[in-house]
Amino acid sequence: MQVIAQRPKSLMKIPFTYCPGCLHGIAHRLIAEAMDELDICDKTMGVAPVGCSVFAYKFFDCDMAEAAHGRAPAVATGMRRARPDMCVFTYQGDGDLAAIGTAEIVHSANRGENITVFFVNNAIYGMTGGQMAPTTLPSMKTSTSPYGRDVNDIGYPIKASELLATLEAPYYIERVSLLSPQEIIKAKKSVLNALKYNKENRGFTFVEFISTCPTNWGIEPVKSREWARENMLKFFEIGCFRDRSKDHEGGEK
Amino acid sequence: MKAEIICSGFGGQGVLTIGKFLAQAAMKEGKNVSWLPSYGPEMRGGTANVSVVISDEEIASPLVSKPNILVALNQPSLDKFGPETQKGGVILVNTDMTPNKLPREDVDIVNAPMSSIAIECGSTKVLNMVSIGLVIGKTKIVKFETIEQDLKEFLELKNPQLLSANMEALKRGMDFFKE
Amino acid sequence: MAQKVLMKGNEAVAEAAIRAGCRLYFAYPITPQSELIEYMAKMMPKVNGTFIQAESEVAAINMIYGASGCGRRAMTSSSSPGISLKQEGISYIAGAKLPAVIVNVQRGGPGLGDIQPSQGDYFQATKGGGHGDYRVIVLAPNSVQEFADMAADAFDLADKYRNPVMILADGLLGQMMEPVEFKIAKTDQEIEELNKQHYDWCMRPNVDGEERHHHEINSLELDPNVLEKHVLSLNETYKKIEQNETSHEEYNINEDNEIFCVAFGTASRIVKSAITELKKKGHNVGLIRPRTVWPFPSEAINRAITGKVRKILVFELNLGQMVEDVQLSVNGKVPVDFMGRVGGIVFTPDEVIKKIQESL
Repeated sequence: MQVIAQRPKSLMKIPFTYCPGCLHGIAHRLIAEAMDELDICDKTMGVAPVGCSVFAYKFFDCDMAEAAHGRAPAVATGMRRARPDMCVFTYQGDGDLAAIGTAEIVHSANRGENITVFFVNNAIYGMTGGQMAPTTLPSMKTSTSPYGRDVNDIGYPIKASELLATLEAPYYIERVSLLSPQEIIKAKKSVLNALKYNKENRGFTFVEFISTCPTNWGIEPVKSREWARENMLKFFEIGCFRDRSKDHEGGEK
Repeated sequence: MKAEIICSGFGGQGVLTIGKFLAQAAMKEGKNVSWLPSYGPEMRGGTANVSVVISDEEIASPLVSKPNILVALNQPSLDKFGPETQKGGVILVNTDMTPNKLPREDVDIVNAPMSSIAIECGSTKVLNMVSIGLVIGKTKIVKFETIEQDLKEFLELKNPQLLSANMEALKRGMDFFKE
Repeated sequence: MAQKVLMKGNEAVAEAAIRAGCRLYFAYPITPQSELIEYMAKMMPKVNGTFIQAESEVAAINMIYGASGCGRRAMTSSSSPGISLKQEGISYIAGAKLPAVIVNVQRGGPGLGDIQPSQGDYFQATKGGGHGDYRVIVLAPNSVQEFADMAADAFDLADKYRNPVMILADGLLGQMMEPVEFKIAKTDQEIEELNKQHYDWCMRPNVDGEERHHHEINSLELDPNVLEKHVLSLNETYKKIEQNETSHEEYNINEDNEIFCVAFGTASRIVKSAITELKKKGHNVGLIRPRTVWPFPSEAINRAITGKVRKILVFELNLGQMVEDVQLSVNGKVPVDFMGRVGGIVFTPDEVIKKIQESL
C-alpha cells in the first residue's frame, strides 16, 4: 500500500490543543514537513512564544525552549550563539512579536541573527480571549476595542514584514497566507526557503503567515477565511519583501 | 607605614594616572595598595580626584577622607582637601593654578610651578609625571627605578615617542628638591 | 604563583569569568559597570567567545536564558536600574532550572538615583526580585580579588544547583583598582567537559547512536498539582544550598566581645577600619561579614552571641535591609541597632567609630 500522507517525523505524536478551524496546526505542519525534507530536525532548536502557540514546545520533536512573552528572538539569539552548529527558529504570534517583543524582533533582525522567525498574524490576541492586537484592523471590534479600533486614538496596525524589510541585514522576508490549499502550498515553499537559508547560515529569515481566529472573531471557520481574504489581505499584502539569494542573479526586488 | 594619598585636579590633568603609577609601583614593591577614583560626569571637564592607599598592613577602607599626602593641581582641589590633610602631612601644590595659598602651619607644604615645569619638558601632558617625581622626591613612598620601569613598559607599548619628555618630567619633579 | 596585576573590579570580574569558562556574555551599558562590558567587548573575540551589546537589559537576560538552556556558561552584568529590568528573565531562569551568572554593580536608587556606590538592592537580590517563589544565590565580595574569585565560584554554584547566581557588588568595588591574582584559565577541552555535564537536560543536537531526546527548557506548567511539585522541588534545592553554601568571614570575633557588627561588601571594609582603630584604643569589637547574603549566615551570627554580647550593630549603605535578616537570626536574644547612609554616600570610619562608641 502506498503512503500518500502521514504525520511529519518532526512533529511529536501528541494531538494539538488548538480550537476547531484554527490554522496554527497547519503552520506547525508546514514547518515540520520542511524540517523533514531538509533533514534538520536532529540539529534544530525552536522557541515557543506566549500566546495560543505557547505549547509549541510540546509539538515539535526537536529540543525547544519556552520564552517569556515577546522575548523569543533574544532567547533564540542566545541559543544560536551558544550552538552555531544548529538551526534555531522562533514561532510567534502578533501580540508577542509586534507589541511586547518589538525591540527583540527588530534588533535580532538588524543583527542578521542566523535564526528563522515564523510569525502568525491573525489580528487578535487568542489565548487571553480576544483582545486587540498590534495587527488588529482599523474599526475591527475586539474585547479591548469594543467600539472598533480607532486609528486616531491607538494608531494603525503594524505591518511587521514591511517594517523589518527597511533593515539591511535580513536575508529573507515573505508574507504568505494559509487561507486556501493553493495558498498553503505557496506558504510551504516559503517555509522551505527560510529554513534552507537558515541551514546554509545565510542570516535572518522571516515568514509571516496570514491566519484566522474563528473563536475570538466569532466567525465560523470557513467564513473566517473569507473574512480574512476580504479584510486582512487588503491591508497585509502577500509577497516577498526580501530575498538576498536573488541579489546575485540580478534580482527582481 | 600607611600613606593615604589624594591627587586632585581638573579632568584631563591626569590625576588618575598619577594615582595609578604610584599604586602600581607600590604593589610591585610588595605593598598593599588600593586606588579609588571619583567617577561620573564630574570627570568630564570638572574636578577629578583619586584616593590611593599604600600600606604594609591589609587595607580595610580604601576611602581617603583625611590624606597624609595631597597633590593639589588646582585651586578647587587645594581648597577642598587642604584643610582635611592630616597634621604633619605633605601637600604638593601646583602654584601655577593656585593663586590663593593654604593658611596652615602644621603641614609640610611644597610649592612647585608644576605646569611650567611640564611645559619646559615639552608638553602640559607630562604634568602628571612632574607630580609623581615630586611625590617620590619628597616622600620616597616608592623607588624612582620602579616608576621608571613601569613608565618605560607603558609607553614603549603605547607611545614610544613620548618617553623622553615623560622621563624628563619625572626627573625634574624628583630634582626639584635639589634645586 | 601568578603575578599580581592592578585592576579595576569591573575588569577583574570579567577576566575571571572568561578564565572560568564563560564564552557568552550579553549586556547593555550602564554606569558604574561599563568597564565590565567594555572589557568583554575587547576580550571575548580573542577567546572565540560571543559578546553582544544587547538592545536592552531585558533582551540580554533572555539571551542568557537561551545560551544557558544550551548548557553553556553565560553571564550578564548591569547596575541597579538595569538589574530591575532583568528580573523577568531571572524569574524564568530560576523557574526553568538554568544556571546563569548575573553581576550587579549597585548604584544609588530608587529610580535613576545616582551612580555612586550603594547597597540598596539587597532586598531585590536576596528575596527573589522577580515574581514567584524562588531564590537566587547571592555572593557579596568586598575586594577586587574576591570580586574576581567569586566569578569562578558563581559559575560552579550555578552549575551545581542549576540556579541563577548573582554577584552583588557596588560602584566602589567596580571602580576601585587593587592587586589581583587570577586562577589558571580553563582550557577549551575543560570547557567542553563542563558543557557536557549538562547534556542530560540541555538543548543540543540528537546524535546517531545515542538515545533520542526531546529536551524542553520551560517554566510553564498549567496543572497546579504538577507546578506545586516543581516549586517544592526547587525549595528542596534551596534548602541544600542553605546547608552547604552559606559563607561568612569573622574579624575579631571572640568570647569577650560585648558588641559585634554585621556588614557586607564595601560597608564591611569601612567597619573593619573602624574596629581596627577602636582596638588600638582598647575596645574589643567584632565583625561578621556575610560572603553569601542568600543564603544568609544566621547560624554564625547566633554562635557569636556569647554570654557577654549585649548588642549587635548592623552597618549598610541603605536604610536597613540586611538588618531584617540579622534580627530574624537573633530572634530577640539581644538588641540589634543599625546605621546606614544612602544616596551613594559611603560612611567614613569616623562615622562608624562614633556610632559604635555610643554603645560602648
